Amino acid sequence: MASNVTSRPSTALDLTGSKYRDIPFEEKERLFAEVKADMRFEDVLYGCYECGICTAACPSARFYHFSPRIIAQAVAREDEDLVYTLMNDSIWDCSQCFSCDRCPRHNSPGGLITVMREVAVRNGLQTARDALEGYGRIIYKVMSTGTQVSPDMLQADAFPDWGKHVTEIAENLDIWRRALPPETLHTTETGWEIDDKTIIELYLIWHMTGVMDMIKDIDEGLFMILQDVMEERLEEAGYDETFD
Amino acid sequence: MGANIPIHEVIKPAKERGFKWDPNEAPTEDYHDALEQLEKEGELEILRVPEPYIEVENKYGRIKKIPLERTWHHKSCGQCGHIPGYSTSIFWLNRQLGLDYLDPKDQTSCTAWNYYASATSNPAAQAAVAVRNFAAAGETGYFPLIHCGTSFGHYKETRHEIIHHHDLRRQVKKIMERLGKKLVMPEEIVHYSEWVHVIRDKVAERQTIDMSQIKAAVHPACHYHKLIAEDAIYDEEIYGAQRSAIITGTLLKLGIDVGDYSTWYDCCGFGFRHILVSRDFSRSFSTMRKIEIMKKEVNPDVVVTHDTGCVTTLDQSQFAAKAHDRDVGVPVMSDSQIAALAMGAHPYKVLQLHWHNTDNKAFLRKLGIDVEAKWQEFEDACEKLKSGEQQFLTWEDADA
Ligand code: SF4
Ligand code: SF4
Repeated sequence: MASNVTSRPSTALDLTGSKYRDIPFEEKERLFAEVKADMRFEDVLYGCYECGICTAACPSARFYHFSPRIIAQAVAREDEDLVYTLMNDSIWDCSQCFSCDRCPRHNSPGGLITVMREVAVRNGLQTARDALEGYGRIIYKVMSTGTQVSPDMLQADAFPDWGKHVTEIAENLDIWRRALPPETLHTTETGWEIDDKTIIELYLIWHMTGVMDMIKDIDEGLFMILQDVMEERLEEAGYDETFD
Repeated sequence: MGANIPIHEVIKPAKERGFKWDPNEAPTEDYHDALEQLEKEGELEILRVPEPYIEVENKYGRIKKIPLERTWHHKSCGQCGHIPGYSTSIFWLNRQLGLDYLDPKDQTSCTAWNYYASATSNPAAQAAVAVRNFAAAGETGYFPLIHCGTSFGHYKETRHEIIHHHDLRRQVKKIMERLGKKLVMPEEIVHYSEWVHVIRDKVAERQTIDMSQIKAAVHPACHYHKLIAEDAIYDEEIYGAQRSAIITGTLLKLGIDVGDYSTWYDCCGFGFRHILVSRDFSRSFSTMRKIEIMKKEVNPDVVVTHDTGCVTTLDQSQFAAKAHDRDVGVPVMSDSQIAALAMGAHPYKVLQLHWHNTDNKAFLRKLGIDVEAKWQEFEDACEKLKSGEQQFLTWEDADA
């Protein structure tokens, strides 16, 4: 858990393209082609009226220099330079709430952003590395334990802005978890108790779908830790490195 | 000019004009038909809603079946981890109403919180995780009831992708074969709050706490009613079917006065990655666009919502806002907790309100609950756990 809750400077988004002028156009084209090749692309963008309804509904647009209209518009106009800028300096501000799905063109700007983020991660863009800084422990948690957050994450240094009740929970954690009637909830390191066999199946899914390769590209250190944990448990369960 | 325009019809108030959906005019395909077709072709197996079920109408007037029992509880990471009275209340309601349910250990997170927050995944992984959980449910003979709004939303997206992308289907099928499982899709993707909605009459029949003096503001979860919008339940009796009926239908049935406010449609500010590593946004949005507006326009005793992230963000964000003298200070709970409370559930042993942040004592006192006595009962129960007299609090203890 990141202890530093970052405060993004509210700087204006530079849409002139000058910031990334030195990046070869072919590279921008390649990344854009990857976005368009994604199987979800045909469901998230049909064009764009440039009406701004998405931005009117967008929570992130209220607090950041961020606009789903600009993103949908840039992609629909096939403006590779602008798309590259947005992939670097804008997409991580999105809240993924899908309020923009009210688009009259039946676009899903939020869904388009999901795809663009994935391309940024897969290609190890610095923006993706920055956005994921401090987030590694969360990825570790969900990939290695099968639940995204756990009771023992509630620590005052991780949530200083949630007040003293976080400290109270941390101090009473063991007893308060045992004071839960459902028997699956007595855990502290996972949200609920998960069978060993279930976790093994989850590990196999990560390996078979290329998620481990994705992690390797974006955070080698995290990959090594995950690999260690998974290998041991997979071996115990009788799987070799080919997962057979 | 204009002679043929039925102007009197047009200017009638909305209620008089009436509104009736026509499922045949729906802007989307009926995914039930698509699933049936794929099953016929041997591409997948449909996990059918077990009887008895209740039929309701979705956004486009299509019938949605909500199972009453034999439910397989697909738990939520954030609910179980940080606000466990949320899921405990769902289980408690099942037990009180004598409905058969299963709380499985063969369940993983849908992993969608991470998918939306970090994009360190892909459609194949997400679909395989979903289908593995569905298959695990199917093996038990129970039907998945999804606790988390984001799992609900993401599974709807996954269903769409599995229906429309043959290659993805093949890939997931192969993975499932390696795991010794089948490619299974449920006939309906059902959110627990839909189940609460259809049992609201039963809850009201057993209501022991009068809630008629309570005013509430409702926050609907984005991933429930915006992300693949059509699965959401709408009802002519509630908001004239212009907004999802969930939560509001339940509260009205319990006698609660539901107040309307101008930012009803806005998100809570959770943001997926924001709530974990960029909380300045979540705090600002949830307090300035939701809580403060609710206070100004409704002045509710409680905010009721139906998703993990919404309870978390709307509740936890108020602490820092208070330090800045913002107009906050309303307790936040789930519809499952409110329904359980109405039936007399213990505020600490069942609702587990000590995991929530914003002070809720005034709300409980308004309902005539002796807060100090209830807390003492919980403390006494914890003493037994500390002394080793007992290892866990049981369901029997919760109702003692
Ligand atoms: S994405 Fe849709 S809502 Fe947004 S500007 Fe384009 S057409 Fe309008
Ligand atoms: S999904 Fe992203 S772009 Fe769309 S409304 Fe939400 S924050 Fe804005």
